[in-house]
Amino acid sequence: MTALLIRDLRLAVRAGGGFGLGLAFFLIVVVLVPFAVGPAMGLLERIAPGVLWIGALLACLLSLDRIFALDREDGSLDLLAVSPLPLEGVVAVKALAHWLTTGLPLVAVAPVLGLLLSLPGKGVIWLVVSLLAGTPALSVIGTFGAALTVGLKRGGLLLSLLVLPLYVPTLIFGAEVARAGATGLDTATPLVLLAAVTCVAVALLPFASAAVLRMNLR
Amino acid sequence: MGSFWEYANPKRFTQVVDRVLPAVSGLAVAALVAGLIWGFFFTPDDYRQGSTVKIIYLHVPSALLAINAWLMMLVASLVWLVRRHHVSALAARAAAPVGAVMTVIALLTGAIWGQPMWGTWWAWDPRLTSFLILFLFYLGYIALWSAVENDDTAADLTSVLCIVGSVFAILSRYAVNFWNQGLHQGASLSMDKEENVADVFYIPLLVCIAGFVLLFIALVLLRTRTEIRARRTRALLAREVTA
Amino acid sequence: MMPDLGKYAATVLSAYGGALALLVALVVASLWRSARVARTLREVEERVRHGRD
Repeated sequence: MTALLIRDLRLAVRAGGGFGLGLAFFLIVVVLVPFAVGPAMGLLERIAPGVLWIGALLACLLSLDRIFALDREDGSLDLLAVSPLPLEGVVAVKALAHWLTTGLPLVAVAPVLGLLLSLPGKGVIWLVVSLLAGTPALSVIGTFGAALTVGLKRGGLLLSLLVLPLYVPTLIFGAEVARAGATGLDTATPLVLLAAVTCVAVALLPFASAAVLRMNLR
Repeated sequence: MGSFWEYANPKRFTQVVDRVLPAVSGLAVAALVAGLIWGFFFTPDDYRQGSTVKIIYLHVPSALLAINAWLMMLVASLVWLVRRHHVSALAARAAAPVGAVMTVIALLTGAIWGQPMWGTWWAWDPRLTSFLILFLFYLGYIALWSAVENDDTAADLTSVLCIVGSVFAILSRYAVNFWNQGLHQGASLSMDKEENVADVFYIPLLVCIAGFVLLFIALVLLRTRTEIRARRTRALLAREVTA
Repeated sequence: MMPDLGKYAATVLSAYGGALALLVALVVASLWRSARVARTLREVEERVRHGRD
């Protein structure tokens, strides 16, 4: 399993692996927002948590179809399916690799982008906390979507349609934590709920993803 | 009368549908016409809402069905995954567009009703938002069905999506509740008689609900039969090609 | 015959019109597809039977 994780990480970081693409996309989304809504500092400050969450969500979405597509093309997915590793574990490792190469870098650059949107210092901390608690759910849910659409020729658009509604609870609680943190309100309740959603997703969805993958590989 | 699962045989199911469909659709039309005419022409105006209360005869039944259609799909998906009855999977597929249209009707009549009552077509109220999310789930479900070529794989994948979607739909419902307090009134129909709408509105509303439910059943039966036939056609054509 | 809808006439009528139009569209689409699929199936079954003779 560790070998699989290392292999996936190496593939993602290698040129053309799409690492960095998500980060660049995140940056562009955040840079475009002031052009669209105007440069007024007060307004930007107010919408910054939401914009950063939407940006992180879309950047995450961008790299989802790569989770299984490459492995499917070169046949290694079929090998993984018949290997002694449980498919649930394989799926969980894939989700973890996706989070390490997409979610974690997004968390790391979020404070810088928060400064661009004049997010106050207190807000930056809560933004990072909320992203740390929420992005694992994004990766796990996204892995489920990728497993659903792995056999399809043009699965990308369908993948977004399937995954985005599933992101709603995470987005609501995550943005709520960041917003409450930036305005100095109580963050405990939304943070607990956000963590609960993440825990449910991480605990249950690998089984659904593995089941779906088996159906698709049959 | 044999076991209930007898009807899981596609051929037997088609025969039963052929026999009961005229009666069910007749009853549906009768109840809908009676309920809507009663509601539209022969109920008084509400003292606060004026004649807009008449929209309740469309809004409440369609909203009820929008949710219950998804529940029916969930049950049918579970039956398919556990017992592998094709009729069950096809019934879930047949119900999805009906449920989606019901959701649209509920949203549309709600928006038209909300305009004079709340002064806005749309508010990010928990109930309204939940329905919009439910509509997105329907869209994804229908899109996945039409995207997968193999019938059995499509049935498997959509069943799992339906189950996972149900969990997340419930999570979203609570998340949305947490996120914003609403304008929408509470449930109009409950066991507690005190909170219900008055009797003059209540009885025609029940007739309309019966009409919508019967219409839903008739449509699902009809569309399931269509799916069974379409499947059989594809199977025959495939055999022709290989022969 | 027509009840007096007062100042909300347009609201009530457009809600009924829109909802009924959607319902009718759904029913018509279902019936149409049902008839088309039934016809195709009949044709294919016919052909298969003749093919065997």
